[in-house]
Amino acid sequence: MTTIAEPRAATAAGARAPVAASTVFLALIRRDVRVAQRELPFFLIRTVMQPLLFIVVFGYLLPKMGFLRQSYTTSLLPGVLAVSLTLSAVQSVALPLVQDFGWTREIEDRLLAPISVDLIAAEKIVVGVLQGVVAALVVFPIARLIMGPIDGLSFANLGGLLAVTVLGAATFSALGLLMGTSISPQQIGLMFSIIVAPMIFFGCAYYPWRGLAVIPWLQYLVLLNPLVYVAEGMRGALTPEVHPMPLPATLGALLVLLSVFSALGMRSFRRRAIG
Amino acid sequence: MTAIRTRALRKVYPAPAAGRANGGAAGAHHGGTGAVAGERGIVALHGLDLEVREGEFFGLLGPNGAGKSTTIGILTTRVRATSGEATVGGADVGRDPVSVRQRIGVVPQRPNPDGSLDVLENLIFHAAYFGIAKAAAAARARQLLDELGIGAKARQRVGELSGGQQQRLMIARALVHEPDVLFLDEPTVGLDPQARLALWDILRELHAQGRTIVMTTHYMEEADRLCERLAIVDGGRLLAVDTPEGLKASAPGGTLIELTLDDDATAAAERARTIAGLTRADAAGDVLRAYSEREGAVIPALIEAVGASGRQVRNISLASPSLETLFISLTGRKLD
Repeated sequence: MTTIAEPRAATAAGARAPVAASTVFLALIRRDVRVAQRELPFFLIRTVMQPLLFIVVFGYLLPKMGFLRQSYTTSLLPGVLAVSLTLSAVQSVALPLVQDFGWTREIEDRLLAPISVDLIAAEKIVVGVLQGVVAALVVFPIARLIMGPIDGLSFANLGGLLAVTVLGAATFSALGLLMGTSISPQQIGLMFSIIVAPMIFFGCAYYPWRGLAVIPWLQYLVLLNPLVYVAEGMRGALTPEVHPMPLPATLGALLVLLSVFSALGMRSFRRRAIG
Repeated sequence: MTAIRTRALRKVYPAPAAGRANGGAAGAHHGGTGAVAGERGIVALHGLDLEVREGEFFGLLGPNGAGKSTTIGILTTRVRATSGEATVGGADVGRDPVSVRQRIGVVPQRPNPDGSLDVLENLIFHAAYFGIAKAAAAARARQLLDELGIGAKARQRVGELSGGQQQRLMIARALVHEPDVLFLDEPTVGLDPQARLALWDILRELHAQGRTIVMTTHYMEEADRLCERLAIVDGGRLLAVDTPEGLKASAPGGTLIELTLDDDATAAAERARTIAGLTRADAAGDVLRAYSEREGAVIPALIEAVGASGRQVRNISLASPSLETLFISLTGRKLD
């Protein structure tokens, strides 16, 4: 015969103090960090592989063969960082959400936590930012190592770099929130082919936005792509001499996109969370 | 003291999304008296009024699609009511869901453990969401797992657990933060008989400790044995609420004799009503249901009445007064 633990005497019915939202929020973050820790090798392969291959081909092989000028790396490095940052942020939010809201609704134990549903969604964005930053921190030294010395690289504008990094990761985490809660599991592969891949290649990550002036209509069309502002913002902070978009303009654009994606993502999350 | 109260609780699911909505409206295609699909969606609850007392073991009994899961979903803040009111421990589920969640533990219909964590972590993190420190949570989690007979699985990923073991993990999770009110949605579906009996013991024990328990089930026996009071729901409506004894006493007198005919039973039922010793005779398609105070003694007369109406008897079954016969008399159909 089983005997179930008696409730602790101190926690008589109704006598418990409410849990602070910050306590719950931190516990949710600890959970996601624990899961991310366990999946770190896969996370790194998933997020670092694509930029890494690009660095090898475009940052090392082609310049060495003489097809590209060595100075290309000055534009490429910030772009590669932008791709690592944003791709890992969007994936680390969207992919787990698809499983969480899948057939068994694994997320239910978090939806039953005593905290508002909006904060559960916000926590996902925070964790996406953390993972984006980790990806960028991993990619940077590797990129620098493979590309060799990079002309005009400067860490003078650390504040600007931090702002672009956090805002860029947050914008793409919010986009991941929207995608992960509005796209069915069957379509998730399709989403990456149709939305994410074009976003990367038309995101001015592998060429500066200014260079697109040769095709004016495309130069204005890509302004719809949020990655453009992260890539150009990274250039503004790290390699300002390539004449990127003004840093404040990229930060402003990211703020607007972050607000829009957060609002839409949270609404979509709420719809999925509460029937 | 009232633990749970609902007033005129109504839920309409948007028509296309209803099937996905946590199984609540899954019975939309379940025949005429189940959840009804209308122009503006699927009505899962038609103004439900319920009251559950503190410390009570309360059962929601009804077939699939009756609105049981929707009711639990609303009370546990996972489903938004279309209209009406519901409170748990005095807190309104719509206006103050955080306070409600603070007080409740939920065992879902399908086990949904956090697949990215191992068994023990599932409990420790769930406790952490309720502000319980890791050391205290780990101790209580270990104790619960031992008591539920899955202590040896503490360090395994949840995917390695059998269905029954996952269900036990769900019970441990619902208890690890020591909630005042425990909700269980069809907790024994998919369990083998042995595991079901073990779960019954656990629930009796939890009830003895003074917790309020609300359980949905479509097993009559389970409802009868465990619950202090039962609400019979069907098609999103409350049909009866009483103790199991009270409900059984209100079942139509005597034995239910069910005759399956070769065709429509309406004429046969009319003839049968003249038979002495029958309290009631209803036709439901080709089934004739008669309630007899003289048990099987009226069977020859019933067969004769069927023959006189030009039909033939294909099958006969008898059932003594029970929740089952009450349910059939209230709804005109069987529970499952």
